[in-house]
Amino acid sequence: MTDKNNLIVYCEYDEGRIADVSLELLTKGRTLATRLGVKLEAVVLGDKLEGIENQIFPYGVDVVYKMQDARLFPYTSLPHSSAIINLFREIQPQICLMGATTIGRDLGPRVSSCLHSGLTADCTSLEIGDHTDPVTKQEYHDLLYQIRPAFGGNIVATIVNPEHRPQMATVREGVMKKEIFREDYRGEVVDLDVEKYVDPASYVVKIIDREVEKSKINIKNSPIIVAGGYGVGSKENFQLIFDLADVLGGEVGASRAAVDAGFVEHDRQVGQTGVTVRPKLYIACGISGQIQHVAGMNESSIIVSINSDPNAPINDIADYVITGNLEDIIPKLIKYYKKNSK
Amino acid sequence: MSLNIIVLAKQVPDTRNVGKDAMKEDGTINRAALPAIFNPEDLNALEQALQLKDAHPGSKITLVTMGLPRSAEMVRECLYRGGDDGVVLTDRPLGGADTLATSYSLAQTIRHLPKYDIIIGGRQAIDGDTAQVGPQIAEKLGLPQVTYAEKIEVSDGIATVKRRIERGFETVQCPLPLVVTVNGSADACRPRNARLIQKYKYAVTLSEKAALTPERQALVEGREYLQIREWGVKEIEADPEQIGLKGSPTKVKTVVNVVFQAKESKRIEGSNDAEVESLVKELIADHIIG
Repeated sequence: MTDKNNLIVYCEYDEGRIADVSLELLTKGRTLATRLGVKLEAVVLGDKLEGIENQIFPYGVDVVYKMQDARLFPYTSLPHSSAIINLFREIQPQICLMGATTIGRDLGPRVSSCLHSGLTADCTSLEIGDHTDPVTKQEYHDLLYQIRPAFGGNIVATIVNPEHRPQMATVREGVMKKEIFREDYRGEVVDLDVEKYVDPASYVVKIIDREVEKSKINIKNSPIIVAGGYGVGSKENFQLIFDLADVLGGEVGASRAAVDAGFVEHDRQVGQTGVTVRPKLYIACGISGQIQHVAGMNESSIIVSINSDPNAPINDIADYVITGNLEDIIPKLIKYYKKNSK
Repeated sequence: MSLNIIVLAKQVPDTRNVGKDAMKEDGTINRAALPAIFNPEDLNALEQALQLKDAHPGSKITLVTMGLPRSAEMVRECLYRGGDDGVVLTDRPLGGADTLATSYSLAQTIRHLPKYDIIIGGRQAIDGDTAQVGPQIAEKLGLPQVTYAEKIEVSDGIATVKRRIERGFETVQCPLPLVVTVNGSADACRPRNARLIQKYKYAVTLSEKAALTPERQALVEGREYLQIREWGVKEIEADPEQIGLKGSPTKVKTVVNVVFQAKESKRIEGSNDAEVESLVKELIADHIIG
């Protein structure tokens, strides 16, 4: 028996815009829905949703569920989970995708717990495939393969939810590629009555203060990234990384070790627990190359590793390996760049 | 007002430091070579609980952990730092649980504890990095949740929580009881207290007690605060359909080790100026930079 129920993406909404991570998931969702022969649906909750479907349809979305209420923005856990749980009970999606953000990772587990469905966090790849239960030998067709790193990134596991629906997965921003399916693609809009879906008792958490800066760090879309690791040594030494990035017109990235050590802010973290990047040039400075970091940057076109350890694991995947101290090499790179570029 | 605080914590393999000796020859992980540690963000959670106890004298902190019998070490860690009590949930049928079955088992445990005001756990454990168990417990107990917390304060039955979200902060208020999960950016946990180590170093579970000398056993029997509760499926009255592998909707289909395709690298000695310059020229010529 094949499942003909649809695939739905929970779209994060922030002041008139759908979040990039949601558009990336719609792009992936379109491919998966086509493969399954089902509709791609989207659900968006927020305070000002007039025309929001126009941002969503071009990704190949067939149905947009909209729920508008001033109390639905900014996001709080209970009203959104109440709405999603009640909607899912009604429309019975076979797959639900959410961003692995502070919203999706707050909402997803609550929904999965209530619906008793399986949820896999932080997937790095999603595919459709068959499954045979190793014990009962029962066969399942067209399940969602939820592929994710585990055990600190040292292994990659493929997870399936054979018996329970929806099959739920979260994916971090930047892991999937965002691509318009067809500019003029149009589907159906379904306006949902918030009173019908959200239990009034769920507005229990009050947001009394909120300070959010507009994203100023955008390493995901930068063609050049200069990244520093624990080997940079200190917050002060990180200035070298900023200097090189500045001269080359790139952004500064960092490994988890450098972020954990407080050298730079978390927004710059590259890897499985940070951002996945695919720049034209990635210069890894003092980064040893733990799997969890490499998984977030190994699709870079050109990788340069600068490391005092000639045997640093990252050197294996680098196109160029410069052995030596950052304090000597980075100023040289800056000098020769200024000398040779016009 | 004193508070009854439950702290959720997990003993995890230290996946942050998987050295070469932790990889077996066939490329799989040798779990035994990794030290078992107190999950880092659960320590941040414990510190938040201790700060609440400081602010509300008479408060009581009970640590709840699920895992192998040796997870009793987690309860002792909590006692050494100022906690009051603990429960180790350990039983074969609970093994192999995904986050949903784990949250059911922990929710059942909490239902068998005295009335609580606040449940605090780490945001996520480093062996799975899912961040799911906290919210799932909240849902099962019918409680509100606040995730990614950095600071928790309680006054007049209302919790005020500062939480870290992408590119900023949010401060929220919610009446007790509730579940809060704490981010690694919150205050680090205070160290063990020497006096408390002296007091609790012989605190053991029933199964640990069996391995002690008769004198020690007598000591533990005479002092209730040295007896760590060890619960299983029976004590928490768990539905066998909802625990362990059976209660887990997610199944692991395959597991593979991560291997990246090695490239043929061009090696440059950093002290060789001519080579460094020629690399820069090459990158410019290829329009990679410039």
